[in-house]
Amino acid sequence: MTRTVSTDQTTALTGIGAAPILDQARDRVLHRGLGLTQEQILQILELPDALLPAALELAHDVRLKYCGESVEVEGIISVKTGGCPEDCHFCSQSGLFESPVRAVWLDIPGLVQAAQETAATGATEFCIVAAVRGPDLKLMNQIKFAIERINRVVEINIACSLGMLTQRQVDQLAEWGVHRYNHNLETARSFFPEVVTTHDYDERLDTCRMVKDAGMELCCGALIGMGESNAQRAELAAQLAALDPHEVPLNFLNPRPGTPLAGQSIMSGRDALRAIAAFRLAMPRTVLRFGGGRELTLGDLGTREGLLGGINAVIVGNYLTTLGRPATADLDLLVELNMPIRELQKSL
Amino acid sequence: MSTDDESGTTEIPSYCGHCGLPAHTPDAHGVDSDHDDSNGGCSTRLAMEPPRYCSQCRRRMKVQVDPFGWSAACSRHGTVTQ
Ligand code: SF4
Ligand SMILES: [Zn+2]
Ligand SMILES: [Zn+2]
Repeated sequence: MTRTVSTDQTTALTGIGAAPILDQARDRVLHRGLGLTQEQILQILELPDALLPAALELAHDVRLKYCGESVEVEGIISVKTGGCPEDCHFCSQSGLFESPVRAVWLDIPGLVQAAQETAATGATEFCIVAAVRGPDLKLMNQIKFAIERINRVVEINIACSLGMLTQRQVDQLAEWGVHRYNHNLETARSFFPEVVTTHDYDERLDTCRMVKDAGMELCCGALIGMGESNAQRAELAAQLAALDPHEVPLNFLNPRPGTPLAGQSIMSGRDALRAIAAFRLAMPRTVLRFGGGRELTLGDLGTREGLLGGINAVIVGNYLTTLGRPATADLDLLVELNMPIRELQKSL
Repeated sequence: MSTDDESGTTEIPSYCGHCGLPAHTPDAHGVDSDHDDSNGGCSTRLAMEPPRYCSQCRRRMKVQVDPFGWSAACSRHGTVTQ
């Protein structure tokens, strides 16, 4: 599965000469195991189309060397949908916009069933998500109960995404056996005020750092295609790399009706692929997951190219408010690409 | 897709499940002047997300998306699942 293209081959393929940044990346990331600098990430994001295949090849080689062939499969479920008091301009679950998404709660049997169905696909991660600023007592109690019930009937790692946490809540989730906690930076610090005004970047970072300090794995993602510049995309990748999360879900904006970003155009598939390569070259060892929006931005072909360009994790099935590809489409593709599903390791 | 519609009848949709605008014919998407289809097409969108509006009365529905299915409930016309 390793498909290394030498610089000479690249030159022959493109006819325009390889960019020096690809040689630098090969040396720094592939050979020495270091992530690219912010300036170098930007150069990857600005590569001409003709050099995109070579960048993806290199990112794939980096993924194989530092993460292996396996792909981590996860299912996600919304325990509380909609009605969020925050104003993230991309989000259909904010209660502050004229979004058609209504507030709904899922009960414990529904959560357990979703966990069982997810595990049946071979997935090892099950993430319970709530549209909240941070969890209240009711939600924390429901999560505790759900974790106990799920652990009784199914072998799967449980992750949570419940917004900003207090130190006490971090400690409780760790104690209850939450394996990984998701809290996204979403975008670069310099662009954040354009898309969120009800909380700030440092509040997000505080939760991320507390999660790591408590010994949970940190899942900290990005949402690109919101109108940020390439320089800001590079800034985001560098900020994520500095945080050193275990996992980075890479989401592509799916403009939602009623939100302030409803009219944003869908980012091009090539730019999405450039971002995949750039994020992998920024973070050689992270679990880099295809998040939401890939169906719209990349389609079926792009899913394959992403998995051969640095991605080593997928969300199987549906997202929180939108639908994913059929699970079989992704699982069949992994078989075809000879990429085994990562096996369950109860690490905590 | 199944429904527990109280009437048990299959009605021609009156409203688009994605945007809630009147859907004057079953395939009005994109040709109905009431119906802004400029952002990718409602019928295409409905293949990628569950309906948000009841096709019979235009109420916003309570929608739960699960990893491998979804349900959408109208307080008047019942629940649609897939
Ligand atoms: S905090 Fe989360 S659920 Fe709430 S508006 Fe922001 S992204 Fe949406
Ligand atoms: Zn419509
Ligand atoms: Zn109705």
